[in-house]
Amino acid sequence: MSETVESVSALIIQKLLANPKVPRDIDGNCKIMDDLAFDSLAVMNFVMEVEDSMDVSVPLDKLADIRTINDLAACVVDLKNKG
Amino acid sequence: MTSLFSKFDGIAGSLGALMEAGGRNPFSVVIEKPVSSTVGIIESRETLLFGTNNYLGLSQSPRAIKAAQDTVAACGVGTTGSRIANGTQSLHRELERRIADYFGRRDAMVFSTGYQANLGMISTLAGKDDYLILDADSHASIYDGSRLSPAQVIRFRHNDADDLYKRLKRLDGTPGAKLIVVEGIYSMTGNVAPIAEMAAVKRETGAYLLVDEAHSFGVMGEKGLGVAEQAGVGADVDFIVGTFSKSLGTVGGYCVSDHPELELVRLNCRPYMFTASLPPEIIAATMAALEDMAEHPELRTQLMTNAAHLHSGLHRLGLNASKQVSPVIAVTLEEIGQAIVMWNRLLDLGVYVNLSLPPATPDSRPLLRCSVMATHTAAQIDKAIDIFRQAALDAKALPAAA
Repeated sequence: MSETVESVSALIIQKLLANPKVPRDIDGNCKIMDDLAFDSLAVMNFVMEVEDSMDVSVPLDKLADIRTINDLAACVVDLKNKG
Repeated sequence: MTSLFSKFDGIAGSLGALMEAGGRNPFSVVIEKPVSSTVGIIESRETLLFGTNNYLGLSQSPRAIKAAQDTVAACGVGTTGSRIANGTQSLHRELERRIADYFGRRDAMVFSTGYQANLGMISTLAGKDDYLILDADSHASIYDGSRLSPAQVIRFRHNDADDLYKRLKRLDGTPGAKLIVVEGIYSMTGNVAPIAEMAAVKRETGAYLLVDEAHSFGVMGEKGLGVAEQAGVGADVDFIVGTFSKSLGTVGGYCVSDHPELELVRLNCRPYMFTASLPPEIIAATMAALEDMAEHPELRTQLMTNAAHLHSGLHRLGLNASKQVSPVIAVTLEEIGQAIVMWNRLLDLGVYVNLSLPPATPDSRPLLRCSVMATHTAAQIDKAIDIFRQAALDAKALPAAA
């Protein structure tokens, strides 16, 4: 697999910026709920979009440990490598 | 020191803003007295009830009332024990037999609430290496059941069988059983599951299928068994979960299945094992309401006629109401402020519906959830539509010329 945390993080940021409500200056260290003001449902729905781009399923229990964009990217890369 | 309650600061602020915008707390409306299945006293006024789950009006069934009265006199008011210890009376077994027979299934488990039925079945069936595949818009009881389960939990897009298939295919080759969980009618939006398509995915992928027919039991299908009966795919459903607290008008939950292992689920299911069983009078009232439902299929016909009446009336006003006709009709508004004003005006003018705000709604928009009963009269529905028009104008949810 060629994906790295950096490349997946960049893809996530690109997807987030497609939403005009998201601040323009986000980076991989931004906290998804605190800094982007996503509620729990919005996070789950956003993760679904990332799942489809990366062709991977992120189990809900994994989301509990995810705070930042980089955490999500690392989780996706980990799941891809396992798959 | 950190306050234990600081985590509630956000919701306290939201509630304050909500009350300031509309004058009432929408989550603490008191029905001071039920006058009938369709009318209750709220704020000392007779109010039309369009926000209950009493689809067949059976909460006021004379047969169920009599059965409860007779049973409470004979058996007392409660069991004081759990189903596996000291809380199973012959009535509990009789209700399980009757529910299983009504569905034409091998066995049934009766729980103390519908919430516990989902919590118990989902958390017990899906073990450590298994996968739960949930519709994204699932009820809180399904999400909570999945949190209590050690299984991996994956969501698929609401009512999208292709998305379900895609997510199951991603799991090809992984060990562990897969359990798909969907609802018959979704409680907030009234959306009906495309259950025949879901059943086809289940057959093709070898997964198990659990359908929560809480809002569709008594409502859909020739016998009122729900969407799976209506679509002719009952045989594909491994587990049907439901509740007595909607169309049957009492309280309690159940699961019916042909799998003989249901007997073993009883001994592994914590929300079944560690809570008090239903009181005998509730069991008796539920059995009587089930007889009412079986003997009066015309209640279902009337319910759907009434649902179509309200549905077309709300659409004619120009409101963004649910697309499908079902006894749950949601009016979607664009702004929370508008929804608060409109909900308060509806209650001022004598109609009670449910206000549902994000994130309890599927997208980020607020809903006014209306529910219809078989016992609503055509005049009551016309009056409600008229009040909806006025409330929508007052909330500027409709242009003034409408």
